[in-house]
Amino acid sequence: MSEPVSTPDDDQPLLIADGLSKNYGRLAACRDVSFSLYPGEVLAIVGESGSGKSTLLQLLSAQLAPSAGRVSYRMRDGVLRDLASLGEAERRFLFRTDWGYVHQDPAQGLRMAVSAGANVGERLMAVGWNHYGRIRDTATTWLDRVEIDVGRIDDAPKTYSGGMRQRLQIARNLVTEPRLVFMDEPTGGLDVSVQARLLDLMRNLVSELDLAAIVVTHDLAVARLLSHRVMVMKGGRVIETGLTDQVLDDPREPYTQLLVSSILPP
Amino acid sequence: MNAPSYNFAYLDEQTKRMIRRAILKAIAIPGYQVPFASREMPMPYGWGTGGVQVTAAILGPDDILKVIDQGSDDTTNAISIRKFFGKTAGVATTTLTMEATVIQTRHRIPEAPLHEGQVLVYQVPIPEPLRFLEPRETETRRMHALAEYGLMHVKLYEDIARFGHIATSYAYPVKVNARYVMDPSPTPKFDNPKMDNCAALQLFGAGREKRIYAIPPYTTVVSLDFEDHPFKPYRFDAPCALCGAENSYLDEIVTDDKGGRMFVCSDTDYCEQRQAEGHRGRESAAPHKERAHV
Repeated sequence: MSEPVSTPDDDQPLLIADGLSKNYGRLAACRDVSFSLYPGEVLAIVGESGSGKSTLLQLLSAQLAPSAGRVSYRMRDGVLRDLASLGEAERRFLFRTDWGYVHQDPAQGLRMAVSAGANVGERLMAVGWNHYGRIRDTATTWLDRVEIDVGRIDDAPKTYSGGMRQRLQIARNLVTEPRLVFMDEPTGGLDVSVQARLLDLMRNLVSELDLAAIVVTHDLAVARLLSHRVMVMKGGRVIETGLTDQVLDDPREPYTQLLVSSILPP
Repeated sequence: MNAPSYNFAYLDEQTKRMIRRAILKAIAIPGYQVPFASREMPMPYGWGTGGVQVTAAILGPDDILKVIDQGSDDTTNAISIRKFFGKTAGVATTTLTMEATVIQTRHRIPEAPLHEGQVLVYQVPIPEPLRFLEPRETETRRMHALAEYGLMHVKLYEDIARFGHIATSYAYPVKVNARYVMDPSPTPKFDNPKMDNCAALQLFGAGREKRIYAIPPYTTVVSLDFEDHPFKPYRFDAPCALCGAENSYLDEIVTDDKGGRMFVCSDTDYCEQRQAEGHRGRESAAPHKERAHV
């Protein structure tokens, strides 16, 4: 597996997947996936529908228990821990502090009936913030950072457009300054210009905050714009992996060649 | 009284035993909602089926029962429950807070301080404080188990964002014994401070939702709030029109269609006691008695 360029502080992997497999009865949704993710690195998992990308993402984020293999994560104290050995309380704590999870459908990641400010503030309140003024100030800052009009802080996301909802979801996830963000088709269902704006925003945030991210997408353009490294999946297996430019410009596997060639030329 | 054709206090002994076990567990884990096999009662859900079952399970022949509905001893719900136990258990009933050993209440805590040996039984419509923010029961139970209560503050945040202050005025969430967040049933938040370090045992029964929870005597009960928006009990800014009380919870009564209104104690027993002691308010000549035949 190719090692990315790393600074001396970042030479320890943040997340290690080791022989991950998941079977649903006789169906093997995910077979023997292994890789390491380093701090600040963005990994794209691409492949067509049914290739096991979403299952893999759920395995990595400890929402599903693997049939075989394991996922280890380096906690903030520097200790590498097997996610399966974490208690539920620890796992959930990790999920709302050190991790983010951006759903394809913002309705799954947001509380649609409460205001945008409370959506962003929820994670802060969950870790014990108890000062309304400070919570609101932080929420305001984050709305501004994701280019949402601060005047709409008290509006519920159900009054927001699709692009705004997705940006709000990102703000809600990043407010606790996580080190790792999982994204499941973050641009799915958005029109092209909104996608472009969202991708631009995500790229800036990822580099500003030195975030590591695992992005599941079927859109190779998203992979090219956001990620440093790409994993191509087919039938539950990783069939090709490498630096993004390398994989997309010079695909080795026939399937990857097919994927790349299926993009319309600009 | 007729010879009872029911078991003492209506419920059969096995059912009472089951409820008592739930009550004991609830007392052992203050604020935790204990599931129990709630029975059909001869009254509709929402009329206090949970409270009635708890009362039936703890009532003994020597108990003196008081039932209040929104502080009042003489509304339909209070009278019918009092009669129900008078008939099925033959227990003495009273309207005096001091004298009662068991007080079943719908949404008020009596003004007179409760003492040791008393039991306050609440009728609870919705026991789950997180319900309207997180509809999944599986999820809310997990949140209780892991003490993840950030969501409760989201509700208070919403209040401040919308109204500029915490506008929740009843069913105001509390933290019991520094562990479980609990819905104190729809009592006005004016009553929340009375729950803290209370000498009496407080039991909560939700019949439709099949949950019992409890606050043992002398337990800390803290109303949730923000540092910069502290909890404030709410009270109409007026004395009681009948007894002149300045510190009791008031009902607003509309007296005509020209904007006339009067504020009176919601706790009728407290108000009557004060009037008997000679306290008088602005309209204190017990108007409902003298004007009855006008």
